Amino acid sequence: MPETVLNLSSITKRFGALVANDAINLRLAKGEVVALLGENGAGKTTLMNILFGHYVADEGSIEAFGQPLPPGDPKAALQAGIGMVHQHFTLADNMSVLENIVLGTQSKWSWRLDRAAAVARIRKLSSDFGLAIDPLAPVSSLAVGERQRVEILKALYRDARILILDEPTAVLTPQETEALFATLRKLVAEGLSIIFISHKLNEVMAVSERVLVLRGGWLVGERRTAETTRQELAALMVGQDVKMPEPRPASPGEPLLVFENVSTGQRSGGSRLQNLSFELRAGAITGLAGVSGNGQGAIAALIAGVERPASGRIIVSGREIGDWSPRAALSAGIARIPEDRHAVGSIADMSVAENVVAERYREKPFSRRGVMDWAKAHEFASRLIADYDVKCPSPDTRIRLLSGGNMQKLILGRALDPDPIVILANQPTRGLDVGAVAYVHGKLLEARDRGAAVLLISEDLDEVLALSDTVIVAYQGQISMPSKRGERSVAELGELMAGHGIGEAA
Amino acid sequence: MEALEILFTASFWVAAIRIASPLIFATMGELICERAGVLNLGIEGIMTAGAFAGWFTVYSGGDLWTGVAVAALAGAMFGALHATLTVPLGLSQHVVGIGITLLATSLTYFVYRLVLPEVTSPPRIEPFRPFAVPYLSDIPLIGPALFNQTPLTYLAFITVGLVAWVLYRTPLGLAVRAAGENPAAVEAQGMSVTAIRMGAVMVGSALMAVGGAFLTMSAFSSFFFEMVNGRGWVCIALVVFGSWRPGKALLGAILFAAFDAYQIRLQQVAEGIPYQLFLMMPYVLSILALIVMSRRASYPKALMVPYQKGER
Amino acid sequence: MRLEAKPMPSLAQSLAYPLGAVAVTLVIVSALVVAAGASPFSVFQLVLVGAAGTPFAALETLTRATPLIFTGLAVAVAFRAKLWNIGAEAQLYVGAVVTVVLGTGALPLPAPILIPVLIVASMIGGGLMLLGPAFLKVRLGVDEVVTTLLLNFVVLLFVSMLLEGVLKDPMALGWPRSASVIAEARLPRVVTGLRLHYGFVLAVVAAIAVWFVMKKTTLGYEMRAVGHNAEAARFAGIPVNRVLLKTAMISGGLAALAGFSEVSGTARNLTLELSPGYGYTGIVVAMLAMLNPLGVVAAAIFVAGIFVGADAMSRTAGVPSYIANVMVATALLTMVTAIMLSRFRIRWR
Repeated sequence: MPETVLNLSSITKRFGALVANDAINLRLAKGEVVALLGENGAGKTTLMNILFGHYVADEGSIEAFGQPLPPGDPKAALQAGIGMVHQHFTLADNMSVLENIVLGTQSKWSWRLDRAAAVARIRKLSSDFGLAIDPLAPVSSLAVGERQRVEILKALYRDARILILDEPTAVLTPQETEALFATLRKLVAEGLSIIFISHKLNEVMAVSERVLVLRGGWLVGERRTAETTRQELAALMVGQDVKMPEPRPASPGEPLLVFENVSTGQRSGGSRLQNLSFELRAGAITGLAGVSGNGQGAIAALIAGVERPASGRIIVSGREIGDWSPRAALSAGIARIPEDRHAVGSIADMSVAENVVAERYREKPFSRRGVMDWAKAHEFASRLIADYDVKCPSPDTRIRLLSGGNMQKLILGRALDPDPIVILANQPTRGLDVGAVAYVHGKLLEARDRGAAVLLISEDLDEVLALSDTVIVAYQGQISMPSKRGERSVAELGELMAGHGIGEAA
Repeated sequence: MEALEILFTASFWVAAIRIASPLIFATMGELICERAGVLNLGIEGIMTAGAFAGWFTVYSGGDLWTGVAVAALAGAMFGALHATLTVPLGLSQHVVGIGITLLATSLTYFVYRLVLPEVTSPPRIEPFRPFAVPYLSDIPLIGPALFNQTPLTYLAFITVGLVAWVLYRTPLGLAVRAAGENPAAVEAQGMSVTAIRMGAVMVGSALMAVGGAFLTMSAFSSFFFEMVNGRGWVCIALVVFGSWRPGKALLGAILFAAFDAYQIRLQQVAEGIPYQLFLMMPYVLSILALIVMSRRASYPKALMVPYQKGER
Repeated sequence: MRLEAKPMPSLAQSLAYPLGAVAVTLVIVSALVVAAGASPFSVFQLVLVGAAGTPFAALETLTRATPLIFTGLAVAVAFRAKLWNIGAEAQLYVGAVVTVVLGTGALPLPAPILIPVLIVASMIGGGLMLLGPAFLKVRLGVDEVVTTLLLNFVVLLFVSMLLEGVLKDPMALGWPRSASVIAEARLPRVVTGLRLHYGFVLAVVAAIAVWFVMKKTTLGYEMRAVGHNAEAARFAGIPVNRVLLKTAMISGGLAALAGFSEVSGTARNLTLELSPGYGYTGIVVAMLAMLNPLGVVAAAIFVAGIFVGADAMSRTAGVPSYIANVMVATALLTMVTAIMLSRFRIRWR
């Protein structure tokens, strides 16, 4: 039996009434890849944040290389040889790759930063492990895949012997994912141990030797990867048998929303659109796939009315909308489910009632001649709470206190209640547990069957494939030709996501 | 024509650098705070407190440099209060900053009245004397301006070099810049965002207080009410004008001070124009600087965003 | 340590924290009083008596509270929408200038017409004063804190210029002072012979009106939504920029009413001593009231009482009257801390 490098014993963490981790044990051996599999909210990230010292466990202890690890101290974790690649990168955009990597590695009170030695070391590490990067490049100029390499280099630079990767493939194309796996294999060959956090079964099967499955804060199973199947892991991960809605074949009608040669100006964060044309048809779900930052944000902002096209036309039900704004989009019958339900979809410190009328407060019956009728807003909120199965004590509750899934159901209710003709669903299920995902999918399919045109933007290719009647792929502000359900394979879509076949053809 | 001749007198440039000195200290102080992600609107009050603390130390028998040290300490204490409320507790930096300004100012006036209840005309101290650097101060025009000033002015220029060096050339400066851009990057590398931000606010506030002390210990030699007179707010505009870079901010402070020195002299030659219009100019200029820079300003991304451990 | 959102506090809890803040403030101020060689108890007693011990003192406190209610409302309205108006002082003076310009005989109207005209005109003046910084904020992203602060100095110098120029009273023998407003432009006294005037009643009416707007109207809803989360508000279709500009007009207008009511109700003319920092103290008043318009009335009376009482106290006890300013500033900081603690729980692990 190989040497144990890391041992977590009976880690328990509570947030108020919620038990995020319940007596979890985890043992990691030298040169081993352990996958931590679970749905969103199962407690994977919490567990790793405890290991890395961002949180302190209420009970339990951690040993690294035989030494107890002091709780709540990221510095101690780093010194013990633990490196973490966070799901949301922790890079400072105003600094170079080099500066990001050496941050915190040299004595704080030293009078000068030793750059030359650091550059040499980074160059060596990047050639040894196939992590090509220019140490002097500013981080702001890097693409997502390159940023991830910087994150891995940050850990290697500190001689990490244990590497934790939190959902590392969420931002990668299938091909980039393969390259990442190749790097991981090199690292393991060098004797590093890896914890790989994911909710994607095929990745877990591809990369790990052992799988730990978390559900609702519990460790519900541990399997050798070679001795298990996807079906078994899926059952463990989800627990109960959640019925994913099965879409019936669609019968697309006339185009309800048309983009005609739409371009945007230069945008910060994400590609600008160049001469984009596509249409959303009644009674069909169009899935927009692609690695994040390839123009999905701009498309969503345009449909939502938050941004205006620099050139080109947006036509809703045959009518060109001139003065484009969120209000114009709403009155044209467009429902919008924003990507970030906390920052954009809701106002955390206002009540549920105040939130659900945000798009309609000027209309009767919610207000008359500028005076609000709060009783009507309450009634409306209560109806949505009942209709959309929201767990929420009262319409007066601050929306901040709701769980992600319940918040999303309210946003869904707010958007779908006026029977919209076009629905923009931007990452509608990100971070939700499987029950809530099924619920959201069901509602989108219902709306489709009612005759609405739905645009589903998702970085999760599986979700796009499951729901969409038509798939398009975004790459650097351009999109692929649409394909019907089942027309393109995952590999072909991956090629498109990497930009092969987009632009030349279009 | 007289109006242009002013620019070619040594006394004009001497005055410009003298007027710039307190602004340089305070602008560097604010710049450090903002680079770490904290807007410090306590600056106006902290400068007032520093002006009094330095002056009073000398007035009660301390030597001049002790006065500077006491002023810095007083500034650091108000900085500590500001930082405690805004960094770990995450309170609104706007409201807390205004509160610190009100508190530092009123506390200063209270103590002044407490220790000097009867005085009508403010007592004087023996301030820093100009020190002429041999040879260099003989250069025409800029010699006296740059090399015949009080030691505190020289210290102001040294401070700019030091701040620039620390921010761009040391591991600590790296951490400060990262804390103002993406605090999660700092925490992920095993450092405490709270400690870095609190430290930056305290050091920055100490510099602001030294800037205030310059007024009583190098420029005017006594303390009187409302002597800071909006200089702190001007410094906040100078930080924006300097795009959060020490060198550019220094340039801005000197430009601004030259303009101020110029308007004082212009008042004497321009007859018939109300003097208030000239006095208004520095404030108007600051606002214009903010407007001009608004398009170009690339401010620290985490400025005014409180950070909680483990938050990404 | 970390902060966790608490569920809705009960009424007792939401009162306990502000009271705790007041208690902490009293302890800190007591320490200063002891340092000044006086007994806190006798000093607080003197302050209390000075502020409310006689009908005369109580009415003086209400008189002093009047401008603070207006500036407090101005700040409360603006801060609700996260428009950081620190320029109430400038807006106050604009209101005063408008009142003097129109009220010294330029408009020969009877009082029931002239006074409403002055009210509306000074509100427009003060509103426009804040509209500039608000416009720079929404259009160019220029921080309104700095611009409103700097404009305070500009406006004060401008007033000084007017008082030595076009607005100077020729009878004032060299003093920078304007002529007095005509009898029709004066707010009547509530009690003949005492300083309290109908400006106080106007202030209370304004507070009720602001409360109604914030709580019951679409505009108030828009302002609160923008203040809590401008991005989400914009996404939902609330015209954020327009709301901020409207907020600026209302906030600046309310601050200008402080200037109107001081000139028309007490001072009768304009000098540079019209406001001892009412604009800045308005920030404290608004925060003590937790931005609640009705609370502003109570907070303004409380703060005015401290100032009036401290003046009286310092004459007898020898503690500098600046203790009042210290107390008010301390109360601001303890209050914002208390509000935070009432909504979040500190976890040390």
